[in-house]
Amino acid sequence: MDETKLVRMANDIARNFAAQRHEDAVAAVADHITMFWEPRMKAGLYAADRKALLPLAAEAVALLERGAKVPSQTRATRFNAADESHRSDGA
Amino acid sequence: MGYESQADFGTPEAAGTPVTLMIDGRAVTVPAGTSVMRAASECGGSIPRLCATDSVKAFGSCRLCLVEIEGQRGTPASCTTPVADGMVVHTQTPRLDKLRKGVMELYISDHPLDCLTCSANNDCELQDAAAQVGLRDVRYGYEGANHLGLATDTSNPYFDFDPSKCIACSRCIRACDEVQGTFALTMDGRGFASTISAGQAGDDFMASDCVSCGACVQACPTATLNEKAMAAIGKPERSVVTTCAYCGVGCTFRAEMRGEQLVRMVPWKDGKANRGHSCVKGRFAWGYANHRDRITTPMVRDSIDQPWREVSWDEALGFAAERLKAIKAQFGPGALGGITSSRCTNEETYLVQKLVRAGFGSNNVDTCARVCHSPTGYGLKTTFGTSAGTQDFDSVMAADVILVIGANPTDAHPVFASRMKRRLRQGARLIVIDPRRIDLVKSPHVEAAYHLPLQPGTNVAVLTAMAHVIVTEGLADEAFIAARCDADEYGDWAAFVSEVRHSPEALEPVTRVPAADLRAAARLFATGGNGAIYYGLGVTEHSQGSSTVMAIANLAMVTGNIGRPGVGVNPLRGQNNVQGACDMGSFPHELPGYRHISDAETRALFERDWGVTLDPDPGLRIPNMLDAALDGSFRALYVQGEDILQSDPNTRHVAAGLAAMDCVIVHDLFLNETANYAHVFLPGSTFLEKDGTFTNAERRIQPVRKVMEPANGMADWEVTQALANALGLGWAYTHPAEILEEVARLTPSFAGVSWERLDRVGSLQWPVNAAFPDGAPVMHVDGFVRGKGKFVVTEYVPTDEKTGPRYPLLLTTGRILSQYNVGAQTRRTDNIVWHEEDLLEMHPADAENRGLKTGDWARLASRTGETTLRVTVTERVAPGVVYTTFHHPATQANVVTTDYSDWATNCPEYKVTAVQVLPSNGPSDWQESYASWSEKSRRIVAEPAE
Repeated sequence: MDETKLVRMANDIARNFAAQRHEDAVAAVADHITMFWEPRMKAGLYAADRKALLPLAAEAVALLERGAKVPSQTRATRFNAADESHRSDGA
Repeated sequence: MGYESQADFGTPEAAGTPVTLMIDGRAVTVPAGTSVMRAASECGGSIPRLCATDSVKAFGSCRLCLVEIEGQRGTPASCTTPVADGMVVHTQTPRLDKLRKGVMELYISDHPLDCLTCSANNDCELQDAAAQVGLRDVRYGYEGANHLGLATDTSNPYFDFDPSKCIACSRCIRACDEVQGTFALTMDGRGFASTISAGQAGDDFMASDCVSCGACVQACPTATLNEKAMAAIGKPERSVVTTCAYCGVGCTFRAEMRGEQLVRMVPWKDGKANRGHSCVKGRFAWGYANHRDRITTPMVRDSIDQPWREVSWDEALGFAAERLKAIKAQFGPGALGGITSSRCTNEETYLVQKLVRAGFGSNNVDTCARVCHSPTGYGLKTTFGTSAGTQDFDSVMAADVILVIGANPTDAHPVFASRMKRRLRQGARLIVIDPRRIDLVKSPHVEAAYHLPLQPGTNVAVLTAMAHVIVTEGLADEAFIAARCDADEYGDWAAFVSEVRHSPEALEPVTRVPAADLRAAARLFATGGNGAIYYGLGVTEHSQGSSTVMAIANLAMVTGNIGRPGVGVNPLRGQNNVQGACDMGSFPHELPGYRHISDAETRALFERDWGVTLDPDPGLRIPNMLDAALDGSFRALYVQGEDILQSDPNTRHVAAGLAAMDCVIVHDLFLNETANYAHVFLPGSTFLEKDGTFTNAERRIQPVRKVMEPANGMADWEVTQALANALGLGWAYTHPAEILEEVARLTPSFAGVSWERLDRVGSLQWPVNAAFPDGAPVMHVDGFVRGKGKFVVTEYVPTDEKTGPRYPLLLTTGRILSQYNVGAQTRRTDNIVWHEEDLLEMHPADAENRGLKTGDWARLASRTGETTLRVTVTERVAPGVVYTTFHHPATQANVVTTDYSDWATNCPEYKVTAVQVLPSNGPSDWQESYASWSEKSRRIVAEPAE
């Protein structure tokens, strides 16, 4: 996969979460990549030049590489089979 | 069913308190406000009439519907006389007989008596009325002054206007005014010289403002306005109610048939999305179904530089299956994927995603919503908890302030636009946020209170500035927020939007929207009563598409405009079944019902039902598939009913990605542009040739019913099943009802949906389950689906696509009324007369600077590519902005668009491309090379190759 494009995509995600509290923003970027990126894309991002990543994106990637579990940004709807906290997304 | 005209009660339905009266000795109870005519119709009577029809208000001009009412003098017209409690009405008396005969004599004395050869023979209300009143003689003769020599206007491709048959009832004029809202027709002249006129004197229908919606044709009681197809084929003998396959409004029609031949599509009065109205596409543009370009025989070829070889279904499916198996064996399941079609039925899209997940073994399934409304799915699920609009279309009739942002409903969703215009004519206020001066900004009897002509790409800045005004001026609905939304998140968001940098004044240099106008618009939205937001692809197709959707949701929540009729967030969906395709699990990260693929419990549900193990990781989205194709890890694609080469951005990149694959299977009606890069072509079926369901923009699931046999021999769901079985999956569906039953079994929000129930009730708006047994016209009534509404901070992040000295203009792309998406269907109908080519709209100042005038050829170039097309100079676009459509493959506007995309969903940024426009005298290099390639790629050899 084109690593330049993957870095740009990760940075776009980071820029759009940047206005949140820092800790929340890092978790949100990490969660977004977890929930929407195919493994090849994640692997390509992990292999990309970290210097090209915005600091927020780099922190999120580091979080993911450590295998940290991040909270889901999108809760399940009550129309779905949800758990007690109204989630069906495994979070 | 056999042929029977739709019931016509003469005047519109009323909604008052019950009133009981006597009509011809029978007690009748109807709502107050009902006309005597309608009351008589509802109890089975039929008062003769000519100028009355229940789609328009009573007019009282024909004097045929006279009645006698005890205690009242004279013979009032029943159409304009409202019922009253205790009223005693007589519809049939000697006095009335005489009066009606006299009126009919006058009509018939100036009417061509060619009934046996008339195209409306046996389908003519004048004929019916003459029979009803027992007309046997015309005392005046037929030799006097008359209109019989007037020439027929045949300029419209779909219907003729024969003024010699006109009875001057004004039903056409009133339908154009009241139903369609175009006001194209008028009564020219007075008295005996009265004639219907389209536009100015001397204009024919084609030269007028007529938008060919067909409302006038439907309202005409004679053959004055009559469809050419009806004249050519004859009266229908049966009809089938089905759902239109064009835009996301989801109009229902009666397909009126003669044998296997479609005679006409008549909007169904009981259709809850369209309420008996239609547009030029749905009503008339169905000729593509029998177009000579249609491919009905499967074809294969070893490589894309070879001509196609016509083969049997077995051979084509075997060829495809062998290639797919070989690729999977060598490169793994991640090398295979599919694209579902938003033009196909729910059942068909469900099967394609099932084939990819259960057969190919990957989650590499995506749909055209990727390039249109994927940000809607993300944004509304995040803020409200559901990936769907909140209202039904009827809701607009209770709106007081209507905010339209990034949508052009009169062109792209015309039937809904007509209802919106009706509400605006009743007094609702309108705010338009759009770089272009779309028709809604100012059209007959409609004018926006505020038009905010923002710089393309600044939606988030404008919406945040509106929120700034609402919060800082104390206009927020604090009670709603406290009761319904997450307080902490609201606090963070309110503090964010209150920052001075988000004020209209601070953002004016960015948005180019006058701060005073923006403030006034924000105040109106917050204080003007029920506020409803309608948006389209001008919101989603940006690098901040998802942020804009969430900013819209924020705006609705902060003003308390959620959870009742007249308010809400309403995405206007592009294609007919975008909502349904998304509902059915067409996204690579979601199973049907928007449940994430990583959820083990949901996955287990499908694994048990399908007998397979599912990949727990999200799959590739369309642009990711193309990127992966270029690095060699994605090699096979099954595309049902989409033309990604023409519709997706950066055409050269799409072409390179497709060309890099070993097996591209195109399943379509025509050899579309994507098929130029395909190895297998599987013929598709039209919406007229299959059963199933579509789900429209209001979450309304509606039946699609087969009215004729598939020309290719199989409905699309059968083709997908045959491909699945060639791969050894052993599917055995015998009807789409069984597929829908599987969807309902596995998807809680569809639990109460079945083919039988839809057949019976007509439509259902999901969710349909224990909590909402009859569906939900309005969502989030008592609470948000996700629990508390989530305010999301939406920082304005400017796009990376910048104008500069080399590319000083911003290109934005869109659609027009007569064409649909890539034009595969509408270009193959007579709609082509309205739009033969894509044109580039340009402001007079920009055109002047470049020495361009309307009709000149121009080279449109971006950092991505270039094309040529002709210019039309107009003030609809602001200086610095140009606009075109993407309906024609010869233009390929997407050669120019970039691969910048929405940060959350990869929805392409179609609406912002930096371009330069210069005079040109010929096609671009790409156009020439592509035309040559396309011609070569479409070759078909008659005999199988040795």
